[in-house]
Amino acid sequence: MNPNLAAAFDLLPEYLAWHVLLSASALALGLIISLPLAVAASRSPRLRWPVLAFAGLIQTIPSLALLALFYPLLLVVSALSLSLTGHGFSALGFLPSLLALTLYSMLPILRTATTGILGVDPAVREAADGVGMTARQKLFQVELPLAMPVIMAGVRTAAVWTIGAATLSTPVGQTSLGNYIFAGLQTENWVSVLFGCAASAVLAMTADQLLGLIETGAARRDRRLMIGGAIGLLVGIVIAILPLATFGKPGSYVVGAKNFSEQYILAELMADRLERAGATVSRKEDLGSAVAYRALAAGELDVYVDYTGTLWTNVLNRQDNPGRQAVLDGLTTELEKRDGVTVLGSLGFENAYAFAMKADRAKALGIVSLADLAREAPKLTLGTDIEFLSRPEWKAVDAAYGFRFKAQRSFQPTFMYRALSGGEADVISAFSSDGRIAADKLVVLTDPKGALPPYDAVILVSPQRADDPRLLAALKPLVGSIPVSAMQGANYSVDRDTDKASPAEAARGLSK
Amino acid sequence: MPQTAIELSAIEKRYAAHAALAGVSLSIAPGEFVALVGPSGSGKTTLLKTINRLAAPDAGAVRVLGEDAGAVPVHVLRRRIGYVFQEIGLFPHLTVAENIAITPKLLGWDAARTAARVEELLGLVDLPREMGGRLPAALSGGQRQRVGVARALAAEPKVMLMDEPFGALDPVTRDQLGTDYRALHDQLGLTTVMVTHDMSEAVLLADRIVVLKAGVIVADGTPGGLSASSVDPDVRALMDAPRRQAERLAARLSESAS
Repeated sequence: MNPNLAAAFDLLPEYLAWHVLLSASALALGLIISLPLAVAASRSPRLRWPVLAFAGLIQTIPSLALLALFYPLLLVVSALSLSLTGHGFSALGFLPSLLALTLYSMLPILRTATTGILGVDPAVREAADGVGMTARQKLFQVELPLAMPVIMAGVRTAAVWTIGAATLSTPVGQTSLGNYIFAGLQTENWVSVLFGCAASAVLAMTADQLLGLIETGAARRDRRLMIGGAIGLLVGIVIAILPLATFGKPGSYVVGAKNFSEQYILAELMADRLERAGATVSRKEDLGSAVAYRALAAGELDVYVDYTGTLWTNVLNRQDNPGRQAVLDGLTTELEKRDGVTVLGSLGFENAYAFAMKADRAKALGIVSLADLAREAPKLTLGTDIEFLSRPEWKAVDAAYGFRFKAQRSFQPTFMYRALSGGEADVISAFSSDGRIAADKLVVLTDPKGALPPYDAVILVSPQRADDPRLLAALKPLVGSIPVSAMQGANYSVDRDTDKASPAEAARGLSK
Repeated sequence: MPQTAIELSAIEKRYAAHAALAGVSLSIAPGEFVALVGPSGSGKTTLLKTINRLAAPDAGAVRVLGEDAGAVPVHVLRRRIGYVFQEIGLFPHLTVAENIAITPKLLGWDAARTAARVEELLGLVDLPREMGGRLPAALSGGQRQRVGVARALAAEPKVMLMDEPFGALDPVTRDQLGTDYRALHDQLGLTTVMVTHDMSEAVLLADRIVVLKAGVIVADGTPGGLSASSVDPDVRALMDAPRRQAERLAARLSESAS
């Protein structure tokens, strides 16, 4: 079997278990909230419009944004709860994903349940009153059973939507089948991307068919069919989530990673060292840059690698550039003082933002430095990763050199390099530890004004693990141990098009 | 048993600006079969529904079997009163037997008593016993209304309210069901109030005919008494209609026979 495919199958029990647990919980919660709301809406025309409009409004929010919005919201609620009751909770992972997906599942259920209840024949309602049913008896014995086939159609739609949207919970730190897709996209592992899509689609179709049995049973008044579908659904859910019983034992370390190859490799490297020291480790990957630091400070991650320049500008909101060592020292004292976060030390290489061009094109235009680039900018298209143009580093470098590009385009990092070689971009915001700089024969432009801060890779440790002897002993030896050439080589082994290594394999190569 | 089965005093009911009932008083003795007739919009259905509070009167009092209908919870009141209407409203997700058993079930009868009662009722309304296991969708219109009557009678009510019960049936079925129901009325000692727009049906089935016009009673009497004594021209026309129809029918039928 293809090694990528084999690796994907190895991860399936864990990813599928989380995906099923998340989707099933969200759907169940959606039903519990939507059904009473639909009953109320069917009783009161005044309530009907706002309820359906609200559910429709939620549906217009892109699902990824809905998931992303719940993180800061829960962070505030958690902080509030901590100050009021002394108990906080995790704002990352399962909870924001569950809440966002629950909201997402509500519209189809609300719509069909309201329509279904309103659609019951008025003569049947009159008969229910006439034989002496109370309002409650009428609802449970007549209206809901008769609306059941319509409601089940809505539940089927909601299930398919929820299972699809659950793949988007990966960036807020919830393991799901989306891990295949997000990690695969970053490392150009298309087998992984396709595997994730296929697994999610098969899961959605299976759930749809089983719910379809219940729907058909309800429509044909065939109790056996309904019970059969329900049992199939229940058994499927239990079997799928069974592996979770063996994962995530308490006391394990949580290693975080942002959403690019180098981060996956370094997370594997740290996880491997912790596991060799006898610890159990779980991983939270594909985190957004700001999410990762806040999660560490809040104790939801124990350790991850970040970059001095990123922390300097985004966390401490500094615009100046006092030099490489001063930034590292400043961060070490400031983060400790402010958030209790320990900067364990620099790994030994920089992953700086660097403007890169194809060597022959730079030569033809006579561009060596960013000052030269500013001169030629009106003829050129800038390609960046998705977050660069909104980062303070770009504002600083733009203020220093005054760029006016012909056009600016954003890409996933992988596609940014493709755009450069394909001519859709003339200059890109590359990363200095990226193996593709050497492999693609790119030149990095110099920064004579020192506008870009240094980006030493540093290990950050959460407040509650600051004095953890096992963690410190396992990770301390990594400080100063990785030269930039080694990191470039490891990154390239994952990013290249052929003979790709997995992040874990690349990490093993680094630790040799 | 109280002197009156149903006692309506000065009932008023308004729908927006329109007065559906403008002070109706009516006293119905136990065992009586009363037909409520009158043109569309005269208030006859509304009057019927004030008795089991499917319509709550704005003013006036309703007493059923000596008890103030406004003083008991509506579902308790309705379980004591049989109700049959034109659209029937059988529960499509329940079998014929389950439909008939619904009020006994709501009253908490035990399974054996309910099952025996369902079987008895299928016999009373002249339906084969094996029909109990079918869904309403598999029945003809006449069979459905027989189930409707059985369902209304299931909890042994003393009072039956019927709103154009046979109006949607073909003439032969309608005649048969009307005759059968009248026999049940006598056999079970029921008090029946039936709304109908068909004067022949009213004259053939009822002991007493109450005529409503624009929310008030304009005539009240036996079929024979009303047609002889009424001074209201509308009432006379109404009462004459079945007779004229019968005479014309007889004439036409003898013509074509000769």
